[in-house]
Amino acid sequence: MADKVLTANRLSDGISVWLDASGNWVESLQDAFVARHAEAVTALEATGKAAFADNKVVDVNVIDIEEVSGVLRPLRLRERVRAEGPTIDYAPGYKGLTGPVQAA
Amino acid sequence: MYRYDEFDHAFVADRVAQFRDQVTRRLSGELAEDAFKPLRLMNGVYLQLHAYMLRVAIPYGTLNSNQMRMLAHIARKYDRGYGHFTTRQNIQYNWPKLSETPDILADLASVEMHAIQTSGNCIRNVTADHFAGAAADEVADPRPYAEILRQWSSVHPEFSFLPRKFKIAVTGAERDRAAIQVHDIGLHLKKNDKGEIGFAVYVGGGQGRTPMIAKKIRDFLPEEDLLSYTTAIMRVYNLHGRRDNKYKARIKILVHETGAEELARQVEVEFAELKNTELKLPESDIQAITTYFALPPLAERPEGWANLAGWKKADPDFARWVQQNVQPHKHPDYGMVTVSLKPIGGIPGDASDSQMDAIADLAEEYAFDEIRISHEQNIILPHVALADLEALYRGLVSIGLATANAGLITDIIACPGLDYCALANARSIPLAQEISTRFGNPDRQAEIGELKIKISGCINACGHHHVGHIGLLGVEKKGAELYQITLGGSGDENTSIGEIIGRGFEPEKVTDAIETIVNTYLSLRKDASEIFLDAYRRVGPQPFKDALYGSNAQAAA
Repeated sequence: MADKVLTANRLSDGISVWLDASGNWVESLQDAFVARHAEAVTALEATGKAAFADNKVVDVNVIDIEEVSGVLRPLRLRERVRAEGPTIDYAPGYKGLTGPVQAA
Repeated sequence: MYRYDEFDHAFVADRVAQFRDQVTRRLSGELAEDAFKPLRLMNGVYLQLHAYMLRVAIPYGTLNSNQMRMLAHIARKYDRGYGHFTTRQNIQYNWPKLSETPDILADLASVEMHAIQTSGNCIRNVTADHFAGAAADEVADPRPYAEILRQWSSVHPEFSFLPRKFKIAVTGAERDRAAIQVHDIGLHLKKNDKGEIGFAVYVGGGQGRTPMIAKKIRDFLPEEDLLSYTTAIMRVYNLHGRRDNKYKARIKILVHETGAEELARQVEVEFAELKNTELKLPESDIQAITTYFALPPLAERPEGWANLAGWKKADPDFARWVQQNVQPHKHPDYGMVTVSLKPIGGIPGDASDSQMDAIADLAEEYAFDEIRISHEQNIILPHVALADLEALYRGLVSIGLATANAGLITDIIACPGLDYCALANARSIPLAQEISTRFGNPDRQAEIGELKIKISGCINACGHHHVGHIGLLGVEKKGAELYQITLGGSGDENTSIGEIIGRGFEPEKVTDAIETIVNTYLSLRKDASEIFLDAYRRVGPQPFKDALYGSNAQAAA
């Protein structure tokens, strides 16, 4: 079984989010809780249904990931783009999923 | 251009208030997603990969400077400083917050714009020739008829829940710049032997997973019958269009399965019932709407001819821009300007808030406050005096929008693709950027001549790849992107669907493949006047297949 994480889009602004170990929806895949066995996946799915029903998030999905050198990486390109943001420099001052790039 | 009357203002304001209430109830949890989703879609709010997306309607691609400034304001205030102009002459914002969409719609309403019917199984934004009202070859301006269709189809109770979405395009010239033969209904304005205005009516065109060229079911429909005949088509489709299978629900499938002749007969039966009802368009109504689209007061500006010759001689870059991006206007002292949204290596169709503001200023100063969006994702200033071209050009240079590539190989159409779109299987924009960069040299582009590349990131074909001279379709194969190449497509009056040339190419090999195709074309064309499409139609696919997949084949397995 591939490792899995729970992802969704936040209801209020649509931004992609992942579920962390504390049950919070966070904006970085790297902070996500990783389910490594069937029981954990079942728990993820239950959490996703509850969060959807609670109107916190929409488009809730369990996705396959792998961990490479401590970095979480979705197996599907679609989910990699979701996790990292557009692969293009789409507007000055913005990068990937983040808001304005912080000054160094 | 059309101005809202009191009814329009009240209608759009009511709709904003209604949506504000719906969003409030959604955010409070009173409305569940299943109930809310169709409501947000009816107001143009999608959910994409990274965020919501708002699609704003630009009726038949026509807007004024005030409206363009509002689009810039929305990009700046509610989004990330840019917008994406689409192949349906609309604009999309990629990062709006759901909680702020009612405010965005209220701002749009203040300049007589909205996002109604930019999604859903209804009649979508009616599109038209982007040179409407200005083109020298025009029989009549298609926009009044597009506006009549817009008013008739807005929240039409009978046609708000069709089997599938429905797209209508109108062109007013023999040269089809609105791709009417790949629309659900295509209307070609023409005159009959008596000099009366009417339409050739095409039905059942479309792209997507089953590309079809529309069939002409009426050679001449009098203008007074526009709404009754269109209603007849819609009724036949609404009754017989397939609702059992989403992929077979467009009218093109009905036309294909029924046969154009039988479908036309059914339409005529309905039309006979409707012809002399309240749907008949009084001449006075047509005239009243047409008045909104009157040509601006174009003063004689003959000095432009001499000025232009001198400016071109002094500045080769300006001369190249005029050559490529300025088309003859119906008034000899004026030109129709294409402001390319395809800077070399840039993102096709994207414009920043400051660029939109600047375009608004330039349109006000030099183009009678008229702006168009083309289905090829460029901005058009339809009425510019030749005498003002140089000043306009300097303004465009200063905002990075003076690329002299209209109709050339770097004037690429690309959908948002997997960088944004929840439906996409592969990215479109990075490919467009790489191809644009490879072929960006102005001399090389000029040598290649007219060549339309169109890229879609999935089979839904928003990037119009089926009608690209060279089309690229991104698919997902074994978890990776792969691109099919089609050749010989065209979306003009001689519409054709491109043919798949062979096995697909991995992303890093696509630009080389395009170069191989281009070099093959250059080696076999009769002379520089034979454009790629004509050469392809003359020689067929074999020389290109040989070049791509011969002994030095680079195609992916």
